[in-house]
Amino acid sequence: MTTTPPLATAEVVDTSTATLAARAEERRLRRGLSPRTAFLLRRLGRLVISLAVVVVASFLLMYLVPGDPVRAALGQSATPQLVEATRAQLGLDRPMWEQFLRFVGGLFTGDLGTSVRLQRPVADVIAQRFPTTLLLAVLAFVIAVVGALPAGIGAAVLARGGRRRGLSVALSAVLGILIAVPSFLVAVGLISLFAVQLGWLPAAGWGKPADAVLPVIALAIGPMAYLVRIVQVEMLAVLDTTYMTTARAKRLPRRLIHLRHALPNIVTASLTVGGLILAGLTAATVLIETVFAIPGLGTIMVSSVGAKDYPMVQGVVIVYALIVLGVNLVVDVVLATIDPRSSITEG
Amino acid sequence: MSVRSKLLNPTAISAVSGSAVLVFLAVAGPALWGSAADTTDVSSRLLGASLAHPFGTDELGRDILARVLAAARLTLLLTLGATAIAVAGGIAFGLIASILPTHPRRWFTGLLDILLAFPWLLMVLFFTVIWGATATGAMLAIGFAGIPSFARLVYNLASSVSGRDYVRAARVVGVGPVGVLLRHVLPNIANPFFVNAAATASVTLLSFAGLSFLGLGVQAPEYDWGRMLQEGILRIYVNPLAAIGPGIAIVLAGLVFTLLSEAVAGVRGQGWRATAARAAGGLTLTSGRRPVVAPTVPAEDVVAEITGLRIAFATPEGGVVERVRGVDLRIGRGEVVGIVGESGSGKSLTAMALAGLLGADARVTVATHRFGDLDMSRPPTAADRARLGVELGMIFQDPLTSLNPALTIGRQLTEVPEVHMGMRPAEARARAADALASVGIPNAATRLRQYPHEFSGGMRQRAMIGMALTGRPRLIIADEPTTALDVTVQRQVMGVLRRAQEETGAAIVFISHDIALVSAFCDRVIVMKDGRMVESLSADRIREDASHPYTKALIACLPDMNSDRTLPLPVIPPELAPEALEEEVPA
Amino acid sequence: MNALEIEDLTVAYGRTRVVESVSLQVPKGRTVGLVGESGSGKSTIAAAAVGLVRPESGSIRIDGAEATGPGRAARQARRRMQLVFQDPYSALDPLMPVGDSIAEALRATGRRWTGAERVARVRELLALVHLDPERAGERPAAFSGGQRQRITIARALAGEPSVLIADEVTSALDVSVQGAILNLLREVQRELGLSMLFISHNLAVVRYISDEVCVMRHGRLVESGPTEALLARPADPYTRDLLDAVPVLGERMQFA
Repeated sequence: MTTTPPLATAEVVDTSTATLAARAEERRLRRGLSPRTAFLLRRLGRLVISLAVVVVASFLLMYLVPGDPVRAALGQSATPQLVEATRAQLGLDRPMWEQFLRFVGGLFTGDLGTSVRLQRPVADVIAQRFPTTLLLAVLAFVIAVVGALPAGIGAAVLARGGRRRGLSVALSAVLGILIAVPSFLVAVGLISLFAVQLGWLPAAGWGKPADAVLPVIALAIGPMAYLVRIVQVEMLAVLDTTYMTTARAKRLPRRLIHLRHALPNIVTASLTVGGLILAGLTAATVLIETVFAIPGLGTIMVSSVGAKDYPMVQGVVIVYALIVLGVNLVVDVVLATIDPRSSITEG
Repeated sequence: MSVRSKLLNPTAISAVSGSAVLVFLAVAGPALWGSAADTTDVSSRLLGASLAHPFGTDELGRDILARVLAAARLTLLLTLGATAIAVAGGIAFGLIASILPTHPRRWFTGLLDILLAFPWLLMVLFFTVIWGATATGAMLAIGFAGIPSFARLVYNLASSVSGRDYVRAARVVGVGPVGVLLRHVLPNIANPFFVNAAATASVTLLSFAGLSFLGLGVQAPEYDWGRMLQEGILRIYVNPLAAIGPGIAIVLAGLVFTLLSEAVAGVRGQGWRATAARAAGGLTLTSGRRPVVAPTVPAEDVVAEITGLRIAFATPEGGVVERVRGVDLRIGRGEVVGIVGESGSGKSLTAMALAGLLGADARVTVATHRFGDLDMSRPPTAADRARLGVELGMIFQDPLTSLNPALTIGRQLTEVPEVHMGMRPAEARARAADALASVGIPNAATRLRQYPHEFSGGMRQRAMIGMALTGRPRLIIADEPTTALDVTVQRQVMGVLRRAQEETGAAIVFISHDIALVSAFCDRVIVMKDGRMVESLSADRIREDASHPYTKALIACLPDMNSDRTLPLPVIPPELAPEALEEEVPA
Repeated sequence: MNALEIEDLTVAYGRTRVVESVSLQVPKGRTVGLVGESGSGKSTIAAAAVGLVRPESGSIRIDGAEATGPGRAARQARRRMQLVFQDPYSALDPLMPVGDSIAEALRATGRRWTGAERVARVRELLALVHLDPERAGERPAAFSGGQRQRITIARALAGEPSVLIADEVTSALDVSVQGAILNLLREVQRELGLSMLFISHNLAVVRYISDEVCVMRHGRLVESGPTEALLARPADPYTRDLLDAVPVLGERMQFA
């Protein structure tokens, strides 16, 4: 290997104008708070406010019901004694501020009240059912993401190649349909095919691994198709950028260009959507659990809404909200950590 | 595209006919099939599919297909009601938010973002507790749950329009915020607004189905598709069609709304039609005169050469347009050649073709194309690629986007040494540091660890030059490298480029629209117009030697520091102006 | 009395001072060029003059009337300054016929216009900028970049301003079109007796069209004076750098 001659050095004073933003940023930095810490604080602040909004909204649930909430829950035929007893149990006979304090205090101690319908502590019911829902959502999420990333990248490369246009159009149509059909309909379709017609898998129940197959697939298909499309669009956008042309100009091997240059730039969008998907999955579990008769948070939510079991609804809503907010926070923090520009942009 | 062609594409046709079917069902459904839907016949209960009952019968012997068709009205009415609530609320809140002053607006959008973080279904369930598990309650619940996302959308659209210059112009003239809203914002957001409203209708329909399915929507004895789905799934082993029938109806109706939304979007010229047209474009190249350009370089000393270059592209309407019409370019060793032209002259395309970097959508024909002794018209081998990567450097116009924002400068500058020159990471880093130093970026070792956004524009361009210097460049192609920079920064970058050229002996192809800059920096100047080379001139004698009328006009109409200030500026007459500009210059 | 008088103007975005204590005057019927690079604050001065941003301190007077601050008098004073925007592609509402865009600007005159008067005036203005008056009903997409720039000039003139502020009006145009627009501006200025503040980063263009030149850098006014004198004998080193950096046709660039 012939030695390449060292490049001569020359000092050039950089009098190019720094952008206003950079100057302002320097001033902010000098003021002491690192941008990362500031971002974390802002983000946590937002979390606390969001949680507060949810707690207040949950608390106000009973008051927003038109008419008498207790009567609405028990029905017209309930005896006056039952109505009074329920009213006392719900704490509605106390002044509002006292109720609110008890409510918030209960949240801190883990006491979410007593279910009117089941006459059991809400926290117990939730604790019992929470792992099931969580398992369902996490399995579906992992499958969706693990399947979507390579599929999306492949779809983008396929679409850009210019050849095999028919395949690309067909793929797009299939994705469109999968995105459009809601999960519970997919579930119905899967049941009628695999359970009724073929008899391979059970149509309902929970306990054996086989019980999980259809529900997880039904949950994962829509989000996966959505994620594939997002990844594809992002990848196409990245492939069109000037920095990709720069990488191609350096005649780097294809794989290196895709993995080192393209992939980091689609991670941001994919992560953001991934976070949205996980949040949405927790909601979709409500429908899927109902279809497959799975004893999770979803089924208890539905029956509580129908029966107007306020403490139960409040508890489950807050738990769901915590999940969603938690996921959002994790996504934001991970994004901020891996994206080199994020300390400059607003949190 | 004419209005007729906009309407006659598959999406629009499907959308309109689908909507017609839905409207028909909603209006006439119960009248036509209502009695069949309600006729109970216990003797024929729970039958499977048959000619008399294509979808079978339900528990009370009622024909399921009839029920599906009759249920369309309720389903659609509830859907439209909920959509109307979401859309109306969204417009109101979104527009109000867009005209609020800064601080209240931040709070408002902050609140919206918090609400948006929660999944729609959860909000719907929450509202259902309040308004009750009935058809009307469900409609209110779904409608209100949809307001935050629609409001956010309307706000985003309105804000983006408010930032445009024509809105600022209206404000300067004295149009108030309401006037701006009515005259400028609403018309310009109408299209994306309707697209999203139709999409919202689709989602609403599905949510309604979901809610009824959960038993929280339409209650017996009324029935909509969602409720039928719930009843059907209980008997799915006996008669799957009882569930699949309403399921298909839901999917199809949702599809119609989605198609409607795409059809409205397609009015702007995107979507399937454009894709199909691109695929079908035929190839008809026009014949062009070959320009006479005297070669100034003996063959052995040629660094890069491309002759007979023609580049064409497919148009969205299905035709073909030729953007480069027969160009010959020969670059000698160490030569600095400038290519000057206005927009649409084909100068950038020529440079990209020379580098072999055109995309798959460019239809290229060449007579010869080589880099040194490497034949560029064949697909490159690995060794060819290594050579090109090392000996051919590229610099692009926008320093912001030509460096990968996700990778450090060091990572991007060490690639060529590592991949193509076999250097170990430490060696490559040293070479990269040398390159940065030679382009005048101090503290090279620290700078290597930084990201592009931490560099200023001028520094980024210098880093790009440095990237070329990490190899052993024989040719550097610079496409408008200083157009985006201030003139004092431009001077520095040009100085760096000159020094790089002197030290490495590389040839440079410098592309610009600025003929003064090109003539001041290059040895030879080539003028391009409408895809052809007009003239090739020696830079220091450009004023005296210019013979083509276009070149002379271009030079004459350029104001410089010696232009006569008392006379009007000369203007390029219409017969000489490039076709691409379509400018009507008055006499 | 000067047509436009800016005194000790300071404009801040947040905590950053974008324009700092700038004073300049535009005498009646004359053109003053404002030249500077990015971040110099020159466009911000234009925005402050027409009221798009609020200055932190300082005053802007047009024909003697104060144009900063709230209040009807200030608003009316601001209307006598009109701005021609840089990007001809975003300066016109894409859905509005160009005649309507021009007519919208008639509000700045403060008078009432009947429908017929409006139509007639729009035709006059289009003719003034050498465009076919019959095309008033067409949308911007039907016009080229240079033609759209003429329309924005017509719109600015509709407001019957005494001061015209041209903010980088040729930067987005090709060379062959640039000259026509500059000629138009000179012609219009002479015919209507306008005073003009011409903002650009292109020193050669500013030199060509301005009677006086002001040089800005990092928000401050560095130097100002009559065009020929300033550019022949610049006093400030930055001005000298700026002059040196402009490439001259046919003269080889020298580096230190």
